[in-house]
Formats: sequence, structure tokens, C-alpha cells
Amino acid sequence: MDEKEHRGFRISRRTVLESGTVTAAFMLGGFPWIGLTAEASDAESAISPINVELQVNGVLHRLTLDPRTTLLDALREHLALTGSKKGCDHGQCGACTVLLDGRRINSCLTLAAMHDGQPITTIEGLADGEALHPLQAAFIEHDGFQCGYCTSGQICSAMGMLSESRAGAPSYVTENLGEAQSALTDAEIRERMSGNICRCAAYPNIVAAIRQAAGTPT
Amino acid sequence: MKAFTYERANSLAQAATASTKPGAKIIAGGTNLLDLMKLQVETPTHLVDINRLPLDKIEDTPEGGLRIGAMVRNSDLAADLRVRQSYGVLSRALLSGASAQLRNKATTGGNLLQRTRCTYFYDVTKPCNKREPGLGCAALEGFNRMHAILGASDQCIAVNPSDMAVALRALDAQVETVDAENTTRAIPIAQFYRLPGDTPQIETTLRRGEIITAVTLPPPPAGKQMYRKVRDRASYAFALVSVAVIVDAAGGKIRSARLAFGGLAPEPWRVASAEERLVGAPASEKTFAAVASDVLAGARGFGGNDFKIPLTRRTLRAVIAEASLT
Repeated sequence: MDEKEHRGFRISRRTVLESGTVTAAFMLGGFPWIGLTAEASDAESAISPINVELQVNGVLHRLTLDPRTTLLDALREHLALTGSKKGCDHGQCGACTVLLDGRRINSCLTLAAMHDGQPITTIEGLADGEALHPLQAAFIEHDGFQCGYCTSGQICSAMGMLSESRAGAPSYVTENLGEAQSALTDAEIRERMSGNICRCAAYPNIVAAIRQAAGTPT
Repeated sequence: MKAFTYERANSLAQAATASTKPGAKIIAGGTNLLDLMKLQVETPTHLVDINRLPLDKIEDTPEGGLRIGAMVRNSDLAADLRVRQSYGVLSRALLSGASAQLRNKATTGGNLLQRTRCTYFYDVTKPCNKREPGLGCAALEGFNRMHAILGASDQCIAVNPSDMAVALRALDAQVETVDAENTTRAIPIAQFYRLPGDTPQIETTLRRGEIITAVTLPPPPAGKQMYRKVRDRASYAFALVSVAVIVDAAGGKIRSARLAFGGLAPEPWRVASAEERLVGAPASEKTFAAVASDVLAGARGFGGNDFKIPLTRRTLRAVIAEASLT
């Protein structure tokens, strides 16, 4: 994509809404202006909107965005994929965790524009039709949540964590860093999941759910 | 966030040139920069995205060391088997920092340039000489539990928050850069950071338009490598005190040692006299006490962080004692 074609195009709030409407119609029920409130009305702002292609859960979405739009806001406010949650909006709680090319990241601390064309998986992309992903099923079976606000982030994070572990990535509590593979003990699960905070403190059940999904003996 | 224009760099030359524009900033992982932009601590008017530049390789050097591309993610660097087996202190330091999600995004170059987590630097309603020179420092009389006991000035007592940089300091890494004129430099990590003095807003010796391209490690040093991080919770917290050590010892006697500290100063802290004292010294309580005094020469608490002085002494003692066991 070429953002230069928009250069010098002084955007007004009306323009944002109009271009947003096109996107919304395309996207079925997105609310693209929400992420722009307050800032877009700033008379000082001369924002060149940019075209971004987001590939989310296997579907390509063409969006026209304020460059400030985080990946999380693009997912929630423009694509109406509200499974990814905004907890702290500063990368401290993990509720916004999604998979970027299979790797877990905080979607609140990255710009949508930085991920043009890259495959993104959200909680909405895990189930196979009506069949839950084993991690989702394990969270239900082990009661791995109370209020549920952190759960989509926990599950996406666990997805990324299990593939990191299978690939042999060590953690801070891995005793021997030189070994190519280490066992996924409860201590390892806890350390590797420390970027996901659960205010209800469902941690023991979250660990149990992940342990089951990992296929390690209980 | 304040409004900005966005540009994706397709070459280093393009990035270096674009970054010299007034108000321009390079964005790599973005985990610290975007955090600060949301709070309007950082207010760039133009962002230059270098995520698609091919700087993501870890290569062997002819000298027997490693050359780490600036865009190598912290998680990939920590997981590289060469790093785990020959530079364990670096792998462990990286794994002690942030969360897995952040490490998957954060880059080698960006980690070196992350800003302090001083709460007053982050709070735009409070005076901070680093954020806005001349305003004053709210931390001097404020809640300064996390702040510096070494290397600070009456203008700024913030600490450098990086764990990675502490390990790189112990390993004598070099930071490679390029600028818009295609001039390259290799800056020893010991000369990369600047103490605050009267200009706490200037944190490194990088020049405008100079971009980090790689970090190089010399061949692995002899001895046992350890990284010990003391913090308020077991994971996902910044260091109160951290120590990177490389100790070569045999039969209760130390041949050589390197000690670098995090959480104590505005830059990773290393004291040559402390390391010299350890050469040929017995691994004894007397040695450890003398070395701790060398490290803490000139240390000063500001009330909330007074505890860091005894904490450093005890952490250092425990780590050298363990590292010198053979």
C-alpha cells in the first residue's frame, strides 16, 4: 500500500466518518469513529489517513485508519472483534493478547499500520465452527475464570506459550538454559504466563487448564 | 496520542534520512514508545517504522563472537542456543525482563533505547528534568523507592530499566550504528550511555539520525555467568537491584571477575576497582565485603531507596559466592 497518495489531504471529522462508513458497510457493524473521539476534533491535527490491510482469522480486511489506531482498536472498533479486551491499554495486563504470525503480542502496544498484510489470530479465530479449541474447552472444564474479562487474553497467550515451549524456548525459571528442551512444569507455566493478570485470581485453575491442554500429566 | 504521520522504511538509508526530520522518531517494537505516546510523554510528529528492515539475524563473527541484528526480538535472542550456551547471562537477563508478549515484540536496539520507568517521568503533571529540562525533579523529595543510588545528579535520579543492557555491559558488547551519510560507528557499551549531570534528557551518545544496526558480542569470556534479579514480585517487575556476573574461579580462588549492576544507576553500572580486587583473591567473606564497598563507593540514598545499599551488598555477596563455587 502507498500512504503517500493521502499526503497533504487535510482530514476533517466528516471525512473520517465518511471513509469510516464505507469501511463499516464493508465490515458489517464496525464502529470506526470510536477510536478517534477527542483527538480527531483537535483543530491542530492534520492527519493523513492510511490504508491498511489486516488479515484477521484468515479474512482480509481493507481499512482506512488514523495512523494512531492501535491493533487492538482496529480489531475492536473497526472490525467489531470485541473478544480481545482492553484492560490497561499499556501492555501490563495481557487482556489484549493476540497472535501475530503465531506469536503472542499485546495488541494495545502496536499500531495497526505496522501489521499490514501480516496474519493475526484473535480469540474469535480459535474454535473450529461449533467445536471449541482444546484450550477453550479446558478453561471451561477447569473453571479457569470468574468474571471472564482476562480469559480471551489468557487463552491466546497460552496458545503462543505452548508453541514457544514446544519449540524449546526457555523461560526465566528454566534451570539449564543449555538444554534444547525443558519440561513444562507448573512453575514454568506460571512464569511463562506472567504477562496475563487475572484480577479474580483464578490462577490455579488457569494453570490446570493449560496443563491439560498441553497434554502433560496432571 | 498526538497526531503523527506514519512512514514505513524500506531501507536503512531511507530510515536514517527520515529520522533527521524535526519531530521524527524511529519505531521498532514500539512497546515502550507507544506506551509513552499514549501518555503524551513522547509526542513525535512523524514515525518511521523499521520493522520490515532485514536486521533480524544473529550471525557468528569471524572473531568467534556474535553479531545480533538490531531488530532481533528479545525472545528470539534469549532462545538462541548459541546465546544460551555461551552467553547465558544475556539469555537469563532477557528472560527476567517484561512479559513473553513484550519480549516477542521488543527489539535489541529498542531495548537499549527504552526510557526510564520513573513514575514522575511518566506523570506529565509532575516536574521532570528528563521530560522537560528546567522543571525540576519530583523524585528527589518524592516516592523514590525505585531510584538511583549511584551516578545520579541533583537534576535526575532515574535509573535505566534495562536488564539486557546490564548483561551486555558485563559482556563488553559494542553497539553498531549507521547514519544518513552512511557513516558507521561501533560504540563500546561502556560509552553508549551518558550520566544525567545537568542534561538528563540526553541519555546516550547517539547522534541525530544515527540508527542502531546491530550489537556485537566478543568471544565468550571464561567463567561462570549468572544474572540475579531482586524485585518486588517473582516475575514481570523491574529490578530493585540486579547483578550480572562472570566469574572464573578454581579451588576457592578467583582468577577473574566481571560485575555489572542494574537498578542502581542511570546506566548499567560497572566498577573496575571492584573487579581488580577480585583477581587472585580468595572467595571469602572478607573479599566479598571489600568488593561491595568498592562497588558502593559514593552511593547515596534519597530516603525511599536507602535500602538498596544493604540490598546490593547482600545480593552481590550471594551471587559471587555462588558463582565462585567450583
